[in-house]
Amino acid sequence: MSGAFRTARGGLVDRDRPLRFRFDGVEYEGLQGDTLASALLANGVHHVASSIRLGRPRGVFAAGVEEPNALVQIEEPFPEPMLPATTVELYDGLVARGLRGRGRLADRPDPARYDATHAHCDVLVVGAGPAGLAAAAVAASSGARVIVVDDQPRPGGSLLGAAEHLDWVASVAGGLRAAPEVRLLTRTTAFGYYDDNHVVAVERRTNHLGAQAPAHRSRERVWRIRARHVVLATGAHERSLAFADNDRPGVMLAGAAQTYLRRYGVRPGRRAVVLTTNDSAYAVARDLHAAGVEIAAVADLRDSPGAGRAPHGAELLPGWAVAGVTGADRISAVTLRRLAGGAFTGPELRLDADLLLVSGGWNPVGALYGQAGGRLAYDDGLGAFRPDGGCRQALEVAGSVAGTYTLKGCLAEGAAAGARAAEATGFRPGEPDLPETADPEVTPGVAVWTLPGDPATSLVDLQRDVTVADIARATGTGMRSAEHVKRYTTAGTAHDQGRTSGTLTSGIVAEMLGVNVGDLGTTTFRPPYAPVSFAALAGRDRGMRFDPVRVTALHAWHVAAGALFENVGQWKRPWYYPRDGEDMAAAVLRECRAAREGVAMMDASTLGKIDVRGADAAVFLDRLYTNMISTLKPGAIRYGVMCRPDGMVLDDGTVIRLAEDRFLVTTTTGNAAVILDWMEEWLQTEWPQLRVYCTSVTEQWATVALVGPESREVLASLAPGLDVSRDGFGFMTWRDTTVAGLDARVCRISFSGELAYEINVSWWDALALWEALAERGITPYGTQTMHVLRAEKGYPIIGQDTDGTVTPHDLGLGWAVSRTKADFIGKRSFTRTDTARTDRKQLVGLLPDGGELLPEGAHLVAAAEPPLTALGHVTSSYHSAALGRTFALALIEGGRDLVGRTVWATLDDGLAPVTITGAVLYDPEGARRDG
Amino acid sequence: MMLIPCPWCGPRDESEFHYGGQAGVAYPDDPGALTDAEWARYLFFRDNPKGPFRERWSHTAGCRRWFSLVRDTVTNEIVA
Amino acid sequence: MADRNFRHSPLEGFSSGGAVAMSEVPFLAQINLRLDPAGPAAAAVGKDLGVALPRRGGTSATSGDVSVLWLGPDEWLVVGPPGAETRLTALLESAAGAAHASVVDVSAQRTAVALRGPRVRELLALGCSLDLHPRVFGVGDCAQTMLAHAPVVVWRRESEFWILVRASFAGHLAAWLEDAGIEFTVRD
Repeated sequence: MSGAFRTARGGLVDRDRPLRFRFDGVEYEGLQGDTLASALLANGVHHVASSIRLGRPRGVFAAGVEEPNALVQIEEPFPEPMLPATTVELYDGLVARGLRGRGRLADRPDPARYDATHAHCDVLVVGAGPAGLAAAAVAASSGARVIVVDDQPRPGGSLLGAAEHLDWVASVAGGLRAAPEVRLLTRTTAFGYYDDNHVVAVERRTNHLGAQAPAHRSRERVWRIRARHVVLATGAHERSLAFADNDRPGVMLAGAAQTYLRRYGVRPGRRAVVLTTNDSAYAVARDLHAAGVEIAAVADLRDSPGAGRAPHGAELLPGWAVAGVTGADRISAVTLRRLAGGAFTGPELRLDADLLLVSGGWNPVGALYGQAGGRLAYDDGLGAFRPDGGCRQALEVAGSVAGTYTLKGCLAEGAAAGARAAEATGFRPGEPDLPETADPEVTPGVAVWTLPGDPATSLVDLQRDVTVADIARATGTGMRSAEHVKRYTTAGTAHDQGRTSGTLTSGIVAEMLGVNVGDLGTTTFRPPYAPVSFAALAGRDRGMRFDPVRVTALHAWHVAAGALFENVGQWKRPWYYPRDGEDMAAAVLRECRAAREGVAMMDASTLGKIDVRGADAAVFLDRLYTNMISTLKPGAIRYGVMCRPDGMVLDDGTVIRLAEDRFLVTTTTGNAAVILDWMEEWLQTEWPQLRVYCTSVTEQWATVALVGPESREVLASLAPGLDVSRDGFGFMTWRDTTVAGLDARVCRISFSGELAYEINVSWWDALALWEALAERGITPYGTQTMHVLRAEKGYPIIGQDTDGTVTPHDLGLGWAVSRTKADFIGKRSFTRTDTARTDRKQLVGLLPDGGELLPEGAHLVAAAEPPLTALGHVTSSYHSAALGRTFALALIEGGRDLVGRTVWATLDDGLAPVTITGAVLYDPEGARRDG
Repeated sequence: MMLIPCPWCGPRDESEFHYGGQAGVAYPDDPGALTDAEWARYLFFRDNPKGPFRERWSHTAGCRRWFSLVRDTVTNEIVA
Repeated sequence: MADRNFRHSPLEGFSSGGAVAMSEVPFLAQINLRLDPAGPAAAAVGKDLGVALPRRGGTSATSGDVSVLWLGPDEWLVVGPPGAETRLTALLESAAGAAHASVVDVSAQRTAVALRGPRVRELLALGCSLDLHPRVFGVGDCAQTMLAHAPVVVWRRESEFWILVRASFAGHLAAWLEDAGIEFTVRD
């Protein structure tokens, strides 16, 4: 038996499939098709949690995603915090407990897979209730590509709760599932509606399988749906009203009680009192009565209930309301009294009851409409806010979200909306096949927000424990906006996002301020509509897939050689290659010595490379670089600096002239795409008349830097056809030749001050070249050694020694700024007052007096005693094998005039004196360049 | 996620594009002839309207072409 | 010509089975071509290639074993069989003649991954925001876009998709595809 409160038959649960679960340490049995909430209610458990601030006992209040009370922590099979029990599908072996507000994150990695996918459709239907299914069926009949999402395990929406027209639901769903261009996504919550009909939903794919979930299938999937037209059929949520002790376990939304009975076969109590403002609760009362729940009374806040028919034996009390609720962990009695002129009057009627069913009216679920940029307007007839129909996005609203509460109306509206959506995307819809439905007489409801009683126990937002008294405090401080009251009281900010309380809050604020609730309005709707796990949002973009890892053709070799890697942009570059027992400092000193005293090699393939071609290529590069490029001869190479128009350094690199009309330029590793875009921007938007084409060849060419006094001999042995003599292959020239049997372009470039070559071969040939060099015992070195070698020479790294506020002059690169060119990008800025200051921060060298390795980023101050005038900061800092000491580069105000002076570096444990030097610390005369 | 109409590739997700700021701010013919104030206006001053704004985009993940469009900065609607 | 036995493609040996079969198509000849689509060089190139340069965005044209993929309004990728890069470069240079044009051998810049099987589009949708439905993206269509956060050219061929990916991103993409394929290796 799956609980004492289970009906003998009926409901959409499978009575042949019992499920065992544990809640708060007690074993229970439920049925396949239950939620945790329905299974608990079937076992008579109402009190499942307590409230976050006041610690008041709380029961199951609703039957769906709007649940504010019944928050649970899943413990097994995997910990998951803060799920409403009404949204947890029951599975065998589930272990959960009730929460007081906050849950607990898992303390171990989640083994499940999560992913995301993109989807496109002509028509997206959100909600598979009567309106949504009608819309989907009509849209699908047109041949349009249709996606239907619904948060429940099966389509039907409110028809599931009412357990009616399920044959029609099955027939429509079967048709949708069979249609090739239609996708019906159940267990899928649309939680974000963004620009241009971009709707994001999360599908819970295996959560309901518990420990049986297959490991290869993602547990949750985020759907990023781009729809040409959207039909919002998101339904309506019932709301409560504020009265004393309206949060006690046993107080439940009336519609929810019907859902528990009809969908889950659960009687939510034995004897109920009904409090309503509208017709909808009457059907609930009759249903419950028919199922054996005694209905003690129906208190209708309307003086004339009109069409309202109480079930046989129940007292109908027009104009009566709840004056008190007895019982803390579970209600035991309800006191009713007549309400007149906003005050109770006459005798009390105290009725024994374990259930108080409340309907304060229905709120269209307009959150997605609001996120889409639409406005919700107050409808006096409905006593609720509903979409105003003026949203700019291509969407329709249909059914109860539009304020249509009859089934007949919802079906007709859905069909019409589906047809409009199909037509808007160029398809011809067919005729809808809708079930026959009655057209009941409706007596308008009345909007009532509060009942007389203790405001401190009259709850407005159950999840945040916000009471009428809290709202009175907010308005008492002078707040006049729903947004301000929300932030002050936190009403509506819990993870239920105020689904049952938002309109109520607005209504109460308006009542307190004596303004029209429509003028006050709602608070803003923002994604996510319902909580989404971070695991789902991260999806597969975690670990190594968080950001692409770019590697060179030699990466596997570097890994095998035991290299440690440094991230440079998206690239993994070898940082250094420790040998047995070496730490980083020892490895780098060894690598540096090899480069300065023998020969060493580095994988420089990550440098950006751009082929610039056309009759105006030289003119174009003259405009981009600060120095003169057009005078470069084919066969020669020049170092160049690029600035932005504001005169600040953007990038640097080498320019190789391949032919009169063709150049190969290199960029820094992280800037390859930036510089290509930069070139295209100027060519396309400012100088379209220039005949120049730029093509990225970064990964066409692999580059190996061969560095050191012995590099010439090595190259000569590998390239017998190449004249490597000092005069035959001059500095800053290039040759096409064969190296190690491979087609190669060799450039005599040095980023270390040593005799050096950069050998470029096809990316495909990189390993062959590298292995040929490695066979000769050449020491590989990584980026750390490269940094030390270049810093010893005072060569800046753009992006490390610069930060977007540094001019070429600041770096000491004034020699690379043309004085003869009429203009180039940045030129005009060099004469701006600020740029021409002589006390700008300038790149200098630093020698720590005490031999410390200064932390990069350390601030430099003028004196050891206060006031500590800041002068600048350390940009690069290393141990130098060649200098036999530590050194650094720094940007210091007026630094070049301070050479020889002592300034102070701020360290964690005090100040350290450092001496300012010129930026070039090694071989300042450049004697080593030619070997 | 806006859907931006690339004139060449058709509508693509916003994440494929690079934003280029206000359109129609031309590089001056002769920067050397400008006063510091005029040059600063070119460098640093841009309109920031609430409403329609003509701006530049580049389809960096696609054809790498630059183009202009008019976007309403309140609603993100691309109106021209 | 240097000895080609030394060569290594970025995804040497990569292949994966399941409902989506994946494998590298290495060493394709690829030439980046830029010129005025309305100029005489475009016509000459089309004549010599045996197929007109596609003018419509996101389309390709094929003649024998050479295909031309539209990359931009004045940019194409000419794709041929391995080893054809020298011949194609010479052909394009010669056809373009003295016109303003750029012909750049980028054969090693990108490698190709072929994806086959009934669930290819489903797999690609996990990392690509493009609509690859046959109504929108037909045989021969191609697009520069992002897949698995990496820049790629997606190219739909007769019975398979080719993903042209830059060599440095190839390892990332292959690992991503293999991981994405986990769901497609087991029959649900």
